[in-house]
This record gives sequence, structure tokens and C-alpha cells, in this order.
Amino acid sequence: MSSAAAAILPPRGGPSGAASDAFWRHPKFLLLLLLTPPLLWLGIIYLGSLFALLAQSFFAIDHYTGMIDYTPTLRTYRELLTTPANLDIIVRTVLMAACVTLFSALIAFPIAYYAARYARGKWKALFYLGVMLPLWSSYLVKIYAWKLILAKEGIFNWVLAKLHLYWLLDAYLSLPVIGGNSLSVSYTGTFLVFVYVWLPYMILPLQASLERLPNNLLEASADLGAAPRQTFWSVIFPLALPGAIAGSIFTFSLTLGDYIIPQIVGSSRLFIGQAVYMQQGTAGNIPLAAAFTVVPMVIMGFYLWMAKRMGAFDAL
Amino acid sequence: MRSDPNARAPLGLKLAAAAGLLFMHVPILLIFVYAFTTEEKSYQWPPPGFTLRWLEVTWNRVDVWQALWLSVQVATVATLLAMLLGTLCAAAVSRTRFFGRETISLLVILPIALPGIITGIALRSAFSLADIPFSFWTIVLGHATFCIVVVYNNAVARFRRTAGNLIEASMDLGADGFQTLRHVIMPNIGTALLAGGMLAFALSFDEVIVTTFTAGQQQTLPIWMLEELVRPRERPVTNVVAMVVVLVTFLPILGAYYLTRGGDSPAAAEK
Repeated sequence: MSSAAAAILPPRGGPSGAASDAFWRHPKFLLLLLLTPPLLWLGIIYLGSLFALLAQSFFAIDHYTGMIDYTPTLRTYRELLTTPANLDIIVRTVLMAACVTLFSALIAFPIAYYAARYARGKWKALFYLGVMLPLWSSYLVKIYAWKLILAKEGIFNWVLAKLHLYWLLDAYLSLPVIGGNSLSVSYTGTFLVFVYVWLPYMILPLQASLERLPNNLLEASADLGAAPRQTFWSVIFPLALPGAIAGSIFTFSLTLGDYIIPQIVGSSRLFIGQAVYMQQGTAGNIPLAAAFTVVPMVIMGFYLWMAKRMGAFDAL
Repeated sequence: MRSDPNARAPLGLKLAAAAGLLFMHVPILLIFVYAFTTEEKSYQWPPPGFTLRWLEVTWNRVDVWQALWLSVQVATVATLLAMLLGTLCAAAVSRTRFFGRETISLLVILPIALPGIITGIALRSAFSLADIPFSFWTIVLGHATFCIVVVYNNAVARFRRTAGNLIEASMDLGADGFQTLRHVIMPNIGTALLAGGMLAFALSFDEVIVTTFTAGQQQTLPIWMLEELVRPRERPVTNVVAMVVVLVTFLPILGAYYLTRGGDSPAAAEK
């Protein structure tokens, strides 16, 4: 047919035309071209270093010479898992991460719920930016702000003194474990800063899951005679849970790996991140540092697997 | 329960939400007050007086300017690299389905899903194994790696919303691949790329955990801040720098918000 003949155009001229035709005819080739640079970058630089690090955890340091002995061994892992001090560090970090996650969820829920279900128009934008600005403002500045707040002559003590509640703080600080000489050198201080810094990461996925909550489910629940409390526990809570778990991936993972917050606001008792930092820096024990990093990786791997089973990734 | 869209929130919920927002914002506002305090030896509250002197002192500080300049350079180069790599990756993932597609998404997200200290120490030990001396480029290498995901997320979201038939129409009308890229694809994903780039810049500008492992003697602005946090020497200067950093990071965030309003929410997707 004549129209078919006209539809088949002659090949385009010039190198760019030829290239364009080639890409069209061989989409695999174009795909390869698109994927090669990012894959090379992430594969070589990122995965390469990650595997190199993992590999080093199977070497061990010779404690007499301080040199790394490059024969594969599990000695470093044995050292990691049998030294009580190291186990303490792991347990302490995981407990802290769990507490931070739980409290972030508690504080985040009302904000997320209000933003998702009541805020409209201008207020919606305000809530969005109200979460986004703290999320993106400088991590160090946020820690610094807490250093200002918790300082002896700072605003927190000033408010307590004005309210004549100093005795309450003293009573709190005399408690074992969570207390200390002052808030800025106690677990409570570290905990507060962790919650503060990671809170927005919890709010966003929680809000996303609450926005998807169909209104008619709530209506149905009320129509069937459920009290607000019952509606909350049997309708809202289960549907918001994937969002909370998605948020907890961030709060948990970030707490596990952080070494700056406990260093600046906290007691001298170490967390995993600090242990890694010390082992690779002052102690020069790269194998042990590498073995330490495997702990958060394993915990997070397990955590992500659980989260995936509970459908948290759809809420991200 | 609350079927009426104009229903009012219970008072308890309102108070809890307001308290939560206050908790998130008051500490940052305090930074602004402290930048103008006359007290220089402690963190005294309330400030005994206010002065603009520290702005001037900070302005004349060479080390602050050097740190700032290095941060800007690193963030610029890392952002450009991340924009290139992230866009390529997003284009590949969204235009075709192929074996290992899910794995690629995972690989891109991994540098921020794993704690930063792991990325940092992995890069550091790799540099020392390969005998690469620390330099400007080692910092950039680390930053670009975790910035890719921000650009990628933005670009993927926009590619998903860009109808494939626009591209087909362009091809049918006789445009070649490059013309389609220039006249159809770029205008469509441009703002998403810009937003992704801004967020990547903000992320890199603020990064400290990976940087402590990949910088040698050089100080980016966050490293400078960290030094001051660990061993406070000049609190008033630190206060001013903290305030400026907050202001500087707000601009790209507001910009990214403005650029992607009403569609994909970029900053929310991932930090």
C-alpha cells in the first residue's frame, strides 16, 4: 500500500539521528547506557567499600604488635560477643533505640493525626512545613540547641526554678540508670535529644498512613456503636501501624548508628556508634570496628524483614 | 465518628498536636535568641543583654569562611554528580521493566537506610586499603553516594506521573530521541530534578557523620560545628554560625516545597 510506504521514513541523517535510531531499535542498549554510570558508582564505591569492611571483620588484630593479622578467623566476632563490656554496649544501644522509637511514635501520633484528618488548606501547608523544616534543619544545630537548653545555666533549669519544681528534677536525677549528675550527662538527656532529632522521620510515614485511612470505616465503626476508644483500638490503630513501623525503621536505624548525640549529650557509657568510632580511630582496631558495624546491619536486616512482612513498605 | 469534614478536633488532640509542634520548634527558635546574647562564657538564660557584635566578629573569621566555602564546593559538586547518576538511574528504572529492577531501587536506598557510620567507616577503610589520600574528592565521593537517592526519588516520582504517551506522540510526530528528551522529557521532569538537587544540596551541606570519616585535615562547616560542640571555644561565634546554618538550609527546603507543590512531596519521601 502506498500509505505504508510513506510511513517508513528514510534513516535520519547525521550522527545524532543515527544514534537516536539505534536507541529506538535497541532499547536494551539504551538501558545499559543509562544504568552503567550509577551502577558502577554504587557498585564499586559503595558496595565495594562495604564488602571490604565486612571482609576485615574476619581478620583479627594481634594485641601485642597492634598489627592486623590477615588470616581469616572468627576471633574478632568471639571477642565482640564474649566481652561483657561489648555486650553491654549492644544491649544499651538496642534498648535506647527501642525507647526512642516508642516515644517518638507517641509524640508523633497526635501531630500526624491532626495533620492528616483535621488540618485543611492553609493549616495543612503549615503542618507540612512545620514538620519539614525541623526535619531538614541542621542535625548539629539541633543537638547544639539541646546543649543550650540542658546547660546548668540554661532555659530548662531556669523554668524549673521559676516554677519551684527543682526538687522534682533532683528526685528524678537521683533515680538509678536514667538519672545522673545533671540531665545533660544522663541517659534521659541522650534520650530526649534522640527523640527530638528523629521525631519528624516518624511523623511523615505515620501521617501518610493516616491520610489513606478511609473515612467510611470510621463512620461504620461509629454506626455500629463503637465508642471512640474502641474505634481507635480496633480500626485506627491497626491501620496506622504499618506507618508507625515504617517510621520506626528510621528512628531505630538512626539511633543504632549515631555516635555524635551520645558523645555531646550523655554519660560516658558508650553506644554502638561510639564504639565503632573509637575502635577504628584511637584504638586502631579495624577488625573489631568492622565486626561492631555488623551488629546494626544484622539488626536492621531482621527489622526490615519483619517490617516488610507487616506491610510497612507500602506506607513509605 | 468524624464524618463531617468540618468537624472540630477534640481539645485533647489539638493540645497534644500543638505541644508536639512546639517541642519541635522551640529549640530551633532558641538558637536565634542566643545568636544575639551579650554573654560569651556560658549559655545563660535569660540573656543578660542583646548585641549585634557577634555577627561582625563572625563575619571577620577566616576559618568560618573557609569551612563555609569548602561546604558549598563539596555540596555543589556532590549535587551535580548525584543529579546525573540519580536521573540516569530513575530514567532506566521507570522506562523499562527488567530483571533486577527491585534490586537497583534497594541499592540506591541502601546508603541512607544503613546508619551513616557504616557508610563512613566503609569508605574510610576502602580509602586506606587503596592508599587514596584524603582530599576534597574523598568528601565528594561520600556525599554523592548518599545524595543519589534524593534525586532518584524525586525523578522516579515525576517520571511515574509523566504520561508515556507524550513521549510516543513526540516520536510519532517525527522528533528523534534527543529532540524528545529536550522538548518533552526535560520540561516535564525539570522542576522535579531541581527540587531533588536542592534537597541533595541541603543534605550534603549538613552532613557530618560520613564526612568525619572521609575528610582529612579539611573542615567543612558541620565539621567546624562539631569541633565547637565537643570542645566549645568561642560560643558566640558558634551561636551565630548555627543561626546562619538554619537560615541557609531553610531556603532550599522552601524552594523544593514550592517547586513540587500539589504533586509528589519530595522532602517527605526520604531524607
